Amino acid sequence: MKFFTAIILTGLLAFVGGLWAGWWIVAIAAFLIAILVHQKAGKAFLSGFTGVFLLWAGLAWWIDIKNNSILSRKIAELLPLGGHPSLLIIVTGIVGGLVAGFGAMSGSYLRSSK
Amino acid sequence: MRIIPFVISAVVTTGLVIVLNKKWGKVPPMGKFLSPQHGFWQNAEPDDYDYSADLKFPELKGNGNVYFDERLVPHVFADNDEDLYFLQGYIHAKFRLFQMDIQTKAAEGRASEIAGPKAINYDREQRRLGMRFAAESAEKEMEKDPASKALFSAYTKGVNAYIHSLKESELPLEYKLLDFKPEEWSNLRTALLLKMMAKILSSGTENDLAYTNTKNIFTQEEFNAIYPQIPDSLLPIVPKGTVFEHPAIIPVKPSSADSLYFGKKGLMAETEISKPDKDNGSNNWVVAGSKTQSGAPILCNDPHLELSLPSIWFEMQLSTPTGNVYGVSLPGSPFIIIGFNDNIAWGVTNAQRDVKDYYEIKFKDASKKEYWYNGKWEPTQLRREEIKVKDSATVYDTVAYTVYGPVMYDASFPNNFSQKKSLAVRWVAHDPSNEGMTFYKLNRAANYDDYAEALKTFSCPAQNFVFASKTGDIAIWQQGKFPARWKGQGLYTMPGEDTSYNWQGFIPQSENPHVKNPERGFLESANQRPADSAYPYFIPGSYITPRAIAIEHFLSGMNGITTADMMKLQNNYFNTIAEDAMPVLLKYVKESELISDAKKYLDMIKSWDLNAGPASKGQTIYQCWWDSLEIVIWKDEIAQTNPVSPLPEDQTTLELLLKDSTSLKYIDNITTPKVETLYDDVTDALNRASVELAKKEKEGRLEWAKFKEPGIYHLTDKSKSQLLPLARTQLNMGGTGLVINAMEQSHGPSWRMIVQLSATTEAYGVYPAGQNGNPGSKYYDNFVDSWVKGEYYKLWMMKSSEAGNKRVRWMMKFNTINNRQ
Repeated sequence: MKFFTAIILTGLLAFVGGLWAGWWIVAIAAFLIAILVHQKAGKAFLSGFTGVFLLWAGLAWWIDIKNNSILSRKIAELLPLGGHPSLLIIVTGIVGGLVAGFGAMSGSYLRSSK
Repeated sequence: MRIIPFVISAVVTTGLVIVLNKKWGKVPPMGKFLSPQHGFWQNAEPDDYDYSADLKFPELKGNGNVYFDERLVPHVFADNDEDLYFLQGYIHAKFRLFQMDIQTKAAEGRASEIAGPKAINYDREQRRLGMRFAAESAEKEMEKDPASKALFSAYTKGVNAYIHSLKESELPLEYKLLDFKPEEWSNLRTALLLKMMAKILSSGTENDLAYTNTKNIFTQEEFNAIYPQIPDSLLPIVPKGTVFEHPAIIPVKPSSADSLYFGKKGLMAETEISKPDKDNGSNNWVVAGSKTQSGAPILCNDPHLELSLPSIWFEMQLSTPTGNVYGVSLPGSPFIIIGFNDNIAWGVTNAQRDVKDYYEIKFKDASKKEYWYNGKWEPTQLRREEIKVKDSATVYDTVAYTVYGPVMYDASFPNNFSQKKSLAVRWVAHDPSNEGMTFYKLNRAANYDDYAEALKTFSCPAQNFVFASKTGDIAIWQQGKFPARWKGQGLYTMPGEDTSYNWQGFIPQSENPHVKNPERGFLESANQRPADSAYPYFIPGSYITPRAIAIEHFLSGMNGITTADMMKLQNNYFNTIAEDAMPVLLKYVKESELISDAKKYLDMIKSWDLNAGPASKGQTIYQCWWDSLEIVIWKDEIAQTNPVSPLPEDQTTLELLLKDSTSLKYIDNITTPKVETLYDDVTDALNRASVELAKKEKEGRLEWAKFKEPGIYHLTDKSKSQLLPLARTQLNMGGTGLVINAMEQSHGPSWRMIVQLSATTEAYGVYPAGQNGNPGSKYYDNFVDSWVKGEYYKLWMMKSSEAGNKRVRWMMKFNTINNRQ
């Protein structure tokens, strides 16, 4: 239960933070949630990762549908990801997820008693 | 707290954030770039994006509305001129900010700030050419007159109002890819943009440095034959036989010219790094009511430039209670540059005249503080240039300014030869002028007199302004500020140690070539020499002859002309120079000495219809054959110079062959003991060409469009390979620089416009890009396919009463904050 709560809260806080602050807010959001909803480091990492992965990939997916993949196809060729929008969406999620995961892990260690 | 794991994971997190926030080589800052709330995803414009907005600005005096039609063309309605240009600035920035920013930075010689060390030499050249110096003098001129200052400043404020409203997430995609931020706009930056146009159009129109080399290997007579001033086949802008007034200025050749100038030998080591494309040219023509079906004049224009995405042009309508104009604008400058209003239409082509000379300067010493002039040491003005370089140390350069202008080349630039000469540039673009006001007045011109008056102050880059009015007048003026030269002056670098080789004055404006309402009922310009030998001045330039021949050929045979006929003509692929060249090629080719592939291509080209269309195989064979022939004829002679001189124009080679085909001495390859004949050269050329042709045919690329692979690349992608996903390639386009539809590899008709000045104006236009500079928008390249097919959009001159018209898709309301309603 804690695991899912942490995922949802991380995603929510990262989203709201993103409206005001830079992209790096995902690390802080995951960090704060990990302090608030304490889990072991590994689980904290996973929930931080998953929360922001879902947020970033979800937002990207939604934007991409509305854009008919006009831009994602171009960027996926440039990066290069073979021109596949879906791959670009997944990479987007992973990058955000990794930053958040480590942020959450830091939060977990900060509150950890032993 | 578990301190050690905490510290480690906190460090990893921070490290990740730092690494992903930074650009690594070509890789954008991945965290920032991929974040859907900040990065490129924000530029992925929804299909149903709503451009409507309700905006308030304290800078506005009144209120304004901008209506966008289904092609995203803004129809701007403002209460007064200043508000109009504020709105234009805002709209330009909204759709084209990156382009405006990067172009003016590059013009100023600041490309290294973004591109890094590889752009240092480009930047140094821009600075040494005095681009900022030129812009500063233009800015002063713009701001001298309070009315002019108010217009340019209103535009600047409009651009800045948009820049200030931008959130990081809203930055154009390119800023996110390259990781930098837009800079404030200023009147100086508008001046820089106009100077960039001056460089593109009036800096590459001379070959002084190359010619100075070339004259070492040819006699004066030979030189004049290879680089002739007046081609035999010239059809000038001002029709042949026109009588010109006695010239007001008769420049005098210095007495030392034969020994110190024409006869002087000595190699030039300098070459230009970013010499503008010599094919920057254009077509425009106008037919009088006597030749049209409707009885109203029709004006046509298609300026040929290096094409790019986004385009150099942005289409719009600008309207106030006192004026109403439609056409294309240059993002970065107020006004409509090519277009029409309720009374007249105008268009431009490049004049191609040489308005830039080099003078050899003798410095006292390496400090460049003094130079020898009129018998004594005169002080230079030293300008210290600071070139900031991305990811590298700042580079400093010192440019000495003389009475002529900046010393572009000296011992420190470029530095790869030992015997350096110091060369100062005398360029008309450095002189104070305010070209923008010509467009301000043209936008409001009601008749011929207004048009002629508007042109008078236009200095550089000189243009052929074609004109038509609803009252039935047609006209053309070649307008610019031109030095009055003695014969031969400025073809080569000149001595700069005293006043004797200086420009002695300028051709009076009223003597610029012009024609109004000619008997024949049409006028055209296509970068050819403006007048024949009767024109009383020496006017060198980089003229292009064949397109004008084709245009005259078609127009003189046409009557009852419709706008549809004009569309066909703008898209015409007839290769007029090949029409003259093919008989020569076929006459001199020795079939018995052809290799088997060559024989096959000879048979194919015999049935060629002389059209350079996309599917034409004949055009491909012709071009390869002809290009090989030019190399076979000229390379042995021209290769004696280093750097290699430009090949003679196709037209010149052809005319030489037509004139004196057997005895032309250049035909012999001077590097072989055998004395080659034209038979040998033509045959050899086809044999050589067939090797390349066979290779291309194997790849399925014998059709002209497949052979030359036309494309339109992203503005910043000079290599045409780095940003291909943002480009449109493999376009099914034919054409060459010498046919009317002058599409080359990535250079061609940048805006096609046709305006019939009937009671209700009927206008058509298209350009190869789209209104929105954002690659994430469907309006980024949505005109390209129509343009490729030769299709046009009907241009809608909207009335303010038509706000409810179904073509209006979005509306931006601009309100002043002070206004009580």
